[in-house]
Amino acid sequence: MIRVQQQDFDLGTELSALHTGNHAIGGLCSFVGLVRDVAGADEISAMTLEHYPGMTEKALREIEAEACRRWPLESTLIIHRYGRLEPGDQIVLVAAASAHREAAFDACYFLIDWLKTKAPFWKLEDTTAGEQWVTARDADAAATARWGAAMPDEPCDHGPTE
Amino acid sequence: MKILYFAWVREKTGVSAEEVTVPADIATVSDLVDWLKKRSGGYAQAFADEAVVRVAVNQEYVSVAHAVSNEDEVAFFPPVTGG
Repeated sequence: MIRVQQQDFDLGTELSALHTGNHAIGGLCSFVGLVRDVAGADEISAMTLEHYPGMTEKALREIEAEACRRWPLESTLIIHRYGRLEPGDQIVLVAAASAHREAAFDACYFLIDWLKTKAPFWKLEDTTAGEQWVTARDADAAATARWGAAMPDEPCDHGPTE
Repeated sequence: MKILYFAWVREKTGVSAEEVTVPADIATVSDLVDWLKKRSGGYAQAFADEAVVRVAVNQEYVSVAHAVSNEDEVAFFPPVTGG
């Protein structure tokens, strides 16, 4: 399941919902991205996340489907926020549940790596030096590349559905 | 054609979305960028470093060689920085 929203989310509630009622799940792995208060030498007082409504949801669904093609997953979740956020605020949650931990860990790592270079979001930081658009990092591109190319675009029939 | 601009590309063009009818000789994204650059200084600035600007046609990433027509939704934006 994917959600793009302005409002905050409750980690416990979201993770419980992801496995409740499915006793085939033996492992659930999650990652939460947070707003930091520094960017290089500059202090950050706030961040505004812009996105491309329509394409964002499409890209997130494709990333989720790709994870489902690669690992035997029982359920996945991607929640990404947009709008104005402050240091300490939650930005993103990705989670993957599977029978065993290996698939849950790997899929979770994959979801956030692919999301960072493929989902159309942009961060504008409000810093002591003024407003600055965050520039894409080479390290993020490398993190995506290590997972290889997309698999053949086949429907995923064994895992999470909307 | 619906054209969308995001982040600093939007700030430079000065518009977030617009409906345009492009001339028949605009066949590819590259042609479209050349045409847009002639419209005003803001567009020329937005596409000053074309290699940096990413493009999506009908919400799929494409290269500048991709075909475009007046029925398409085209979006221009910087490399993404979510997560």
